[in-house]
Amino acid sequence: MALTEETRTELLEIIKRYPDQARSALNPMLHLTQSVEGYVSPEAIELCAELLELTPAEVSAVATFYTMYKRRPVGKHLIGVCVNPQCGILGGDEIFSSLCSDLGIGNDETTEDGMFSIEKIECQAACTYAPSTTVDWEFMDDMSVDKMRDVVAKLRAGETVESTRGPVIRDFRATERTIAGFDDGLGNAGGNNADAVMLAGLNVAKANGMPDVDGGNK
Amino acid sequence: MTVTASNAGEITPPADLVSCTIDGIDIQVPKGTLIIRAAEQIGIEIPRFCDHPLLTPAANCRMCLVEIVGQPKPQPSCAIIVGADMEIKTANTSTVADLAQRGVMEFLLINHPLDCPVCDKGGECPLQNQAMSHGNGESHFHGVKRTFPKPIAISSQILLDRERCVSCARCTRFSEEIAGDPLIELIDRGAQQQVAIAEDKPFDSYFSGNTVQICPVGALTSKDYRFRARPFDLVSTPTACEHCASGCALRTDERRSKVMRRLAWDDPEVNEDWNCDKGRFAFRYLDEDRLTHPLVRDENGDLVVASWPEAIAIAAEKLTAARGTTGVITGGRVTREDAYAYGKFARVALGSDDIDFRSRATSDEETKLLRAVVAGSELGVTYGQIEQSPMVLMVGLEPEEESPMIFLRLRKGVQAGTATTAAISSWSSPGFTKTGGVVLAAAPGAEAQVLAALGSADSSLSDAAKNVASALNEDGAIILVGERLASQPGGISAATALAAATGASLAWVPRRAGERGALDAGALAGLLPGGRPITEASARSEVAVTWGVSPEELPTEPGLTVEGIIEALTTVPGAEVDGVAEGTATEVVVDVEGAGDTDSVDVEPADSEQAHGDPIDEEFEPRITALVLAGVEIDDFPNPDLFRTALLEASVVISLETRLSGIEAYADVVFPVAVDTERAGSYTDWEGRVRTFGQVVAEATTIPDGRVLAMIADAMDHSIGSGEPLPMRRELDQLGSYVGPRPDGPSATAPVKATPSSGKAVLASWRHLLDNSILATGEDYLAGTARAPVARMSAATAAGIGASDGALVTVSNDIGEIVLPLVLTDMPDGVVWVPGNSPGSTVNASLGVVPGAVVDISQGGQV
Amino acid sequence: MPLTPNLTAHWDEPDSYTVAGYERHHGYEALRKALEMDPDDIIGVVKDSGLRGRGGAGFPTGLKWSFVPQGDGKPHYLVVNGDESEPGACKDLPLMLASSQHLIEGMIITSYAIRANHAFLYIRGEVPHVIRRMHEAVRDAYKAGYLGKNILGSGYDLEITVHAGAGAYICGEETALLSSLEGMRGQPRLKPPFPAVAGLYACPTVVNNVETISSVPAILRNGADWYSSFGTEKSKGIKVFSVAGHVNNPGIFEAPLGITMRELLGYAGGIRDGHDLKFFVPGGSSVPLLTEEHLDAELSYEGMEAVGTMLGTATPMVFDETVSVVRAITGWLDFYKHESCGKCTPCREGTWWIDQLLHSLQDGTGKMEDLKQLEDLCAQILGRSFCALGDAAATPYPAAMKFFAGEFEAGTHTSANAQFNPAASIVFPGVTTS
Repeated sequence: MALTEETRTELLEIIKRYPDQARSALNPMLHLTQSVEGYVSPEAIELCAELLELTPAEVSAVATFYTMYKRRPVGKHLIGVCVNPQCGILGGDEIFSSLCSDLGIGNDETTEDGMFSIEKIECQAACTYAPSTTVDWEFMDDMSVDKMRDVVAKLRAGETVESTRGPVIRDFRATERTIAGFDDGLGNAGGNNADAVMLAGLNVAKANGMPDVDGGNK
Repeated sequence: MTVTASNAGEITPPADLVSCTIDGIDIQVPKGTLIIRAAEQIGIEIPRFCDHPLLTPAANCRMCLVEIVGQPKPQPSCAIIVGADMEIKTANTSTVADLAQRGVMEFLLINHPLDCPVCDKGGECPLQNQAMSHGNGESHFHGVKRTFPKPIAISSQILLDRERCVSCARCTRFSEEIAGDPLIELIDRGAQQQVAIAEDKPFDSYFSGNTVQICPVGALTSKDYRFRARPFDLVSTPTACEHCASGCALRTDERRSKVMRRLAWDDPEVNEDWNCDKGRFAFRYLDEDRLTHPLVRDENGDLVVASWPEAIAIAAEKLTAARGTTGVITGGRVTREDAYAYGKFARVALGSDDIDFRSRATSDEETKLLRAVVAGSELGVTYGQIEQSPMVLMVGLEPEEESPMIFLRLRKGVQAGTATTAAISSWSSPGFTKTGGVVLAAAPGAEAQVLAALGSADSSLSDAAKNVASALNEDGAIILVGERLASQPGGISAATALAAATGASLAWVPRRAGERGALDAGALAGLLPGGRPITEASARSEVAVTWGVSPEELPTEPGLTVEGIIEALTTVPGAEVDGVAEGTATEVVVDVEGAGDTDSVDVEPADSEQAHGDPIDEEFEPRITALVLAGVEIDDFPNPDLFRTALLEASVVISLETRLSGIEAYADVVFPVAVDTERAGSYTDWEGRVRTFGQVVAEATTIPDGRVLAMIADAMDHSIGSGEPLPMRRELDQLGSYVGPRPDGPSATAPVKATPSSGKAVLASWRHLLDNSILATGEDYLAGTARAPVARMSAATAAGIGASDGALVTVSNDIGEIVLPLVLTDMPDGVVWVPGNSPGSTVNASLGVVPGAVVDISQGGQV
Repeated sequence: MPLTPNLTAHWDEPDSYTVAGYERHHGYEALRKALEMDPDDIIGVVKDSGLRGRGGAGFPTGLKWSFVPQGDGKPHYLVVNGDESEPGACKDLPLMLASSQHLIEGMIITSYAIRANHAFLYIRGEVPHVIRRMHEAVRDAYKAGYLGKNILGSGYDLEITVHAGAGAYICGEETALLSSLEGMRGQPRLKPPFPAVAGLYACPTVVNNVETISSVPAILRNGADWYSSFGTEKSKGIKVFSVAGHVNNPGIFEAPLGITMRELLGYAGGIRDGHDLKFFVPGGSSVPLLTEEHLDAELSYEGMEAVGTMLGTATPMVFDETVSVVRAITGWLDFYKHESCGKCTPCREGTWWIDQLLHSLQDGTGKMEDLKQLEDLCAQILGRSFCALGDAAATPYPAAMKFFAGEFEAGTHTSANAQFNPAASIVFPGVTTS
């Protein structure tokens, strides 16, 4: 899909969020172009440069610095597996290698049908959920090889897959639009997302009569 | 800077100095001095890569780490300002600093290829040198080096070898901070970080060559110099750039009498450490297609090789016959010394004041400005002043295209917040945009109106213009008048009046390197050396004494300027003045009507022989019959055909040239002369600063213009001295500058111009820095970085002829046409801009008019 | 030491992140109080509370705020660092998901104190649910009149912009974060000038961590003495700890600073059944690891320093005896090499080199002299890089060598996987060999 007049309008909307310096809009703008094209294309770089009065080189410098910007089109779903030692050792490495053999692709590659891209990701700040993974950057906590197989099968079949702390999985482009700061109506998905892991301490406290220090447990 | 013995610590430094010790040496430095600079002051060398005194500190290479006593970590001396009583220890006295530097050096080398033997930087490489001085002899690294395909072209001129890059970011910082062309950037990150351009967006900056020079490794090289020489085989000479009036100091490196490369040389007052790519890369012309022997026209009309004595004798004989009716035009490129020789030769040997250094569009107003204000005024407005000016108003000048160091210095001032700029121009070109100033839009011809409005605080002025007007009244305000303004009637007068009204300083900025020097040396009708008015008896006597002639022998009234010379030749009976010479001289029809058009030139009858071959009109005694031409290009004249007619009409044409230029077709005698590398000399830059250069090629056997003139003069029984550069310079310098009454400046009023009707437009134009210039002939790598020639019009103007952005448009008149792709541009309606002398757009040659002329515009066309 | 639920106290209520949920538990009371105070007095309270930066460096928060010049005529900014990416750290994202309004109230109070009218929340790009949650929470706060013009009739205006990053660990460094927020490569900047003087858009800027700012409302409401009554002499207050790894109940535990690892491990259900603790990293991969012998050390700034490490983000990662130290350290160096921004030589080239040597040790193909070389290389980076990322990269290896030199020595002949079957470390069932 090419960048349209609508994209241009939305990019200009992003710029308006930064009244003191338009260039601050660059990161969300690049996310938005990814939501349209599935990667940051040379055309996207030129368009952002034009709107921000930068050179394409200046935009490229930024686009290549951050790992979320893709230089080749990403599949419908981007699966990320944390291989940082905590997650990697607790099973992330195993999940990643089985995912590679299941899908027949390697790191940063896309299946021929364009359904999946996979990527080794760095610490997702979900260490308490190790091994942590993501699908289209939504949390898929406490993963295992079998669970991941199940997720892939469901996505392939078009069935509903829910993020462990977040909404139903949509696709990579939809997420990129969210990251660009456009309301997707999913801000309340999953309540406060406080699961057993987040509640671990509070549960212990309550069970052991340790009070809410800010006014007592209610 | 004060260096004191360590016991002098009791002396309290003045308030703006701070004291510190470096390696135990007490030193006081101005507040704000970086440690690395302070160390330099006392000769302590701290190794560095990313540091450059003209770039903002980056502190990313970490090579310059020093120990500051009391601080837990070694600190980058390139980024830390000397603090009061700081105790600084470099690697000379600190193990911490020494280990840090050696460690960083080892890291820098792990991914650096061992290709020094084939690297252009080898032998003058800061990495190589500092690896020797501050590195360990051996690396502990036995792992896998990062590799990249090498090299890649990032422009037609610049090559990038990423393996050699140490990520110091000098090149990217230069491009962004100094040149304002952020076309190269660091991309990716970590060990994969690399310099790159955006896809299909080459590094076409006019200043790209500087990055090659400041690259501390061999990562950036030029195709021009690649594999051509080793630094230790080169012989270097300090030189001055001949390409424009910016006055850059250069270093020219030759090997076996051939120039291998040129570098920007540090001159803090002029070009700092920089120059433009034309000055750096355009020097092939020095060696190519050179004239080697004098040529004379034989009885069959053919130019044939002659001996020097024979050629001198013929020239002397012909010029003796034309004494009093010979015009001298020197072009804009001769040196001060040669210009002085031409001026002296004209007055002494030719008995003529008909001399001009301007082979281009000129005007009476410009002549008056030069005579009244500029000539012999020595150092006027300086680079330092434009960097610190509350308002630099440019008119008739696009600094990036026409005087790149003015551009860089303005940009520096604007970036630092010490200068503000504005321009009166048909459109806001990149040069104006990058110097950040407001552009007051004016069609060519309307400059005078805008200038007048600024001076009168006209209530109709826009807010932006009001700010400009008010800033012009502040101390240090400057008006830069480019030579192009000469072709817009009333412009120079209005600029002069505005300067007078506001108190702003006015500086005249010529394009060519030799113009200001020639003016000061007396190569302009009405002016003897040092700005002496020829009309002043005292001025004449001063000069006569130096020249060893009697004052009575010098002309007392101003002679003809270039316009007058051409007019005198083309309005004699027998000339066709409609711009196109038809047939041969013997067949031309007498056009007496034409003579009546000369309202500004006083065509006086003079004693002379009749023009050769012309029908003899017993009543008519031609004012000019002969021409001496030096470094003149026919297509530099606003109407080249008119100049050709003048050449045809001249009974004698003596040409002094470095190569065949087209003039030889009309010449009776052609003398080969030396180029800059073959002789010493000097230019005067736009500031009025003399820029001397040495002889690069020691073995040169060619002869400078002045020497040729001296030989001719001798043969005419006159003497102008040896004509050699250094004696000529001594004489000129001894004469010094004129002090005394000067003629009045210009006070012309601008004619009111009608808005052009549909299908017509006022022509606007200036020359690109990189264009068809003959001094850049054959520089294909350089030419590849030139700006693409395009035509520019406002959307309304384009709509008027049904033209659309990107499509071809034709700009034409009855002489010819220019066809270029259109770029819609924010500019006044009814104006079309094209480059002056670029491939496919040669205004003089194709249209025979100057900017301000009304031309036809239409959509479409055939390239 | 008991747990002290504070920011997490109402996470068992699913609407804890909403204005309504928050207001049920004193939400926005602190703001009302603050808006009636002199901004400098707020800074005073925060100073007195002893609150220190919760992002890892532990700089006193009130002091940082007091560096912002006043009456300088320039706009001031608050930038909240929500770029949580430190391996092991897992507390800011949960706080943003479930205590969103604590953060927003903290941002308003802080902005008011430093006289800023525009605050930015920079969230790492890879967490869309946190990003959308904070957008939602900010909308919610605007609706309730806590943001925008004339907040609660005080005449004070504040806009909050939620900004997403795009994947770069270095952006957790405050000046790199500012570069990134300005639309540039997220490379750190020279200090001085410090952000408090020339930060965002070269204007005075306070950059604080999510947890730091979230802690502010309760301090304002309950007073500096209340807050400083928790914790130790030099480490006042309450900290959100996350405990991850080979424990039975990983999760978030809010406790006073000074709690011991042994206590936290107990709350987290102990080391996973049938296994023993091998080592733990108390504050993110950038701090030296500790072992069993340090279980009783106080998790406080000074307590951790005393045992040769740092509190860091106070988010211990726990590894049991099945884990190869060489593998873990190599993995972390892979990370630092991947995340090195490339700006300075020691970090850029040093991580490239160290990583190669570690991989050879992990593969069992290392050489004995590599061990000494690695020590030297870490020393060559430490204290010489442009920012703390280089220091962080130089930290894991020397710390691991202190306790597990033998494993690295074995790397000269035996691979890590041969020494430690990776399958044994995996926490989900079904994998027996690798």
